[in-house]
Amino acid sequence: MSAFKRNPKWQAPRIGATELKLLERLSNASAVSGDEGAVRAIVLEELKGIPAEVQVDALGNVLVTKSGKGAARPRVLLAAHMDEIGFMLTADDGEGQFRFEAVGGVDAATLAGKPVWVGPKQHPAIIGAKPIHLTTASERSGALTADALRIDLGPGNGGKAKVGQYATFATRFTRLGPSLLGKALDDRLGVTTLLTLLKHAPANIDLLAAFTVQEEVGLRGARVAGYTLNPDIAIALDCTPAMDQPTWDGRENTLYRSRLDDGPAIYSVDSSTLSDPRLIAHLQETAAAYGLPYQMRQPGGGGTDAGSLHKVRGGVPSISVSVPGRYLHTPAAIVRLDDWKNTVALLHAALGHFTRDTVKGGR
Amino acid sequence: MKDIIRQLVETTGPSGYENEVRAVVQKMLKGQVDSMKVDALGNLITRKGQKGQDGLTIMLSAHLDEIGIIATHIDERGFVRFTSVGGVHPRNAVGGRVRFLKTGQVGVIGMEPNQSATSVHGLDKMYIDMGASRRADVKVSVGDVAAFDRPFEDLGQRLVSKAMDDRIGVAILVETMKQLKATPHEVVGVFSTQEEVGIRGATTAAYGVDPDLGIALDVTLTGDTPQAATMEVALGNGPAIKVKDSGMISDPRVVAWMEAGAKRARLPYQLEVLSGGTTDARGIQMARAGVPVGCLSIPCRYVHTPSEMVDYGDVQNSVKLLLALLSKPVKLA
Repeated sequence: MSAFKRNPKWQAPRIGATELKLLERLSNASAVSGDEGAVRAIVLEELKGIPAEVQVDALGNVLVTKSGKGAARPRVLLAAHMDEIGFMLTADDGEGQFRFEAVGGVDAATLAGKPVWVGPKQHPAIIGAKPIHLTTASERSGALTADALRIDLGPGNGGKAKVGQYATFATRFTRLGPSLLGKALDDRLGVTTLLTLLKHAPANIDLLAAFTVQEEVGLRGARVAGYTLNPDIAIALDCTPAMDQPTWDGRENTLYRSRLDDGPAIYSVDSSTLSDPRLIAHLQETAAAYGLPYQMRQPGGGGTDAGSLHKVRGGVPSISVSVPGRYLHTPAAIVRLDDWKNTVALLHAALGHFTRDTVKGGR
Repeated sequence: MKDIIRQLVETTGPSGYENEVRAVVQKMLKGQVDSMKVDALGNLITRKGQKGQDGLTIMLSAHLDEIGIIATHIDERGFVRFTSVGGVHPRNAVGGRVRFLKTGQVGVIGMEPNQSATSVHGLDKMYIDMGASRRADVKVSVGDVAAFDRPFEDLGQRLVSKAMDDRIGVAILVETMKQLKATPHEVVGVFSTQEEVGIRGATTAAYGVDPDLGIALDVTLTGDTPQAATMEVALGNGPAIKVKDSGMISDPRVVAWMEAGAKRARLPYQLEVLSGGTTDARGIQMARAGVPVGCLSIPCRYVHTPSEMVDYGDVQNSVKLLLALLSKPVKLA
């Protein structure tokens, strides 16, 4: 593959106050896997201003086709998941207390004592923990699991929630200087990125967008979204953990997955997907031509919507690009604004250089 | 056939990076099949024969990929940290040699000190020593892929190499496609990708091929070594007709058809029940509205080590059995 030249007219889509406001709304909305309605409503509202075909499929994915111009355009699918990890109320213990279980990957150690929002009206509640006055040393040494904990809406508030409703961590989006803090930045950042790219879609491709459901419980929405949209190329937009802090013993950190400030994380291998090498090269060459930073995400575990997308029908060359974030799947993640801006810029520049030939012949 | 086997096993192609092996197969089959094409995930789809009145579209699948490793970090002193691509067992890794695809450079796998002399660390506490002393001297980047490096050995009746899983299936499929003459079927020989990471290539290839019948060609474990887990399959007793593994139950009609074919051709065979593992047949079986499938297995010792051993007679009889099966109409009953 030959390296390509920078398009002299190219400008990165702006990530300014409007986009941050949108991200804030999306991050604060509750949309646990299977209950993505609140985020879907915001997405559909944003899409009203964009000339494109929009449909909501049987599982609740929002599917968008933004056609380009000219002959032999590749169909490029970008996917970002609307759902977040959270909880479901499973039994009513009375007095405003509910048993619950986790939906998606939540570490039990992060639960006790955390405030949550319950149901569509986001009623405030707390995952109750025994106060330290009453705990023994052995109780304090182990993490409490969801069976031993209750979501407590407070005495007299039992009528405000019911079994089968969802809850999320109650964390308001906050700007921290060069960083952003919030719940569900995984993957509302991807959702905001995708909306931004739709508003600035390059004309050389048909840009297909899938705002997917049920990613956190097994890449389920993407599987049917990919089938419907039937793309030539697919890219999942997601968040990946950054464990880039210094190690406790001062040794070189060799297992960081990704690092803040190093730019968008390009995937080679995770548990779900072996990225198409031609797409890795395409993104790397774009970064080189446009002077944009990137990092290779450390190969290993984890999965994104690409894990479903590359296996639909007769197969789709696929890859993922993530914004690195600390403390994903806990009450609050921290990401760098610049990493997000560079992710949007890299994707936008890369889209502008896709042709049918990008994935012609064998991978 | 030994030359074909040697050439295939000595070519490197970890999952997702099968292009060199595919090119070798394309060269071997040039002019020997009716058509060849490469699909979106890199599967090589070859075809021979026309579907006649009594014929079916029969998909045979052997996977091109082998297990390998991928670099995750290069430390200050030039040691390359890595993780597996496919099922690399830590106890088979220490002391192994790996060759990186991009540069052809070889490194040696070492392990952090361990308090017990008999236990083995996970791969996260292992590293590849590229013979360098500093990061700047190492021409490996995060995301670079390598395969285990070990030459082919011909022990006479038994053959040993890395990547017999599944180049031996690839060799059998190449030979079968070459030798196949008169057939009432459209025979589709698929050289699939990404089997070792979850039957990914065969899944999408089967969607594209849309076959009436599917047969995977892959290695299986044996129960014929000292203190081995109880298993009927042994090296040298003929190709194994799979009844079941942990991901797929063969269509009983396909098993019966394969058994009858072996008896008619007076070829040795054994029946296989594998308690762990699965093959491309699983992906084919679940394609579209479902496909009757079976699997012809080649008994193999030391699977997923750099020294996988097969019996040459089993290999030759596999080709003979496939040719016998494919030359006649198929009545599944």
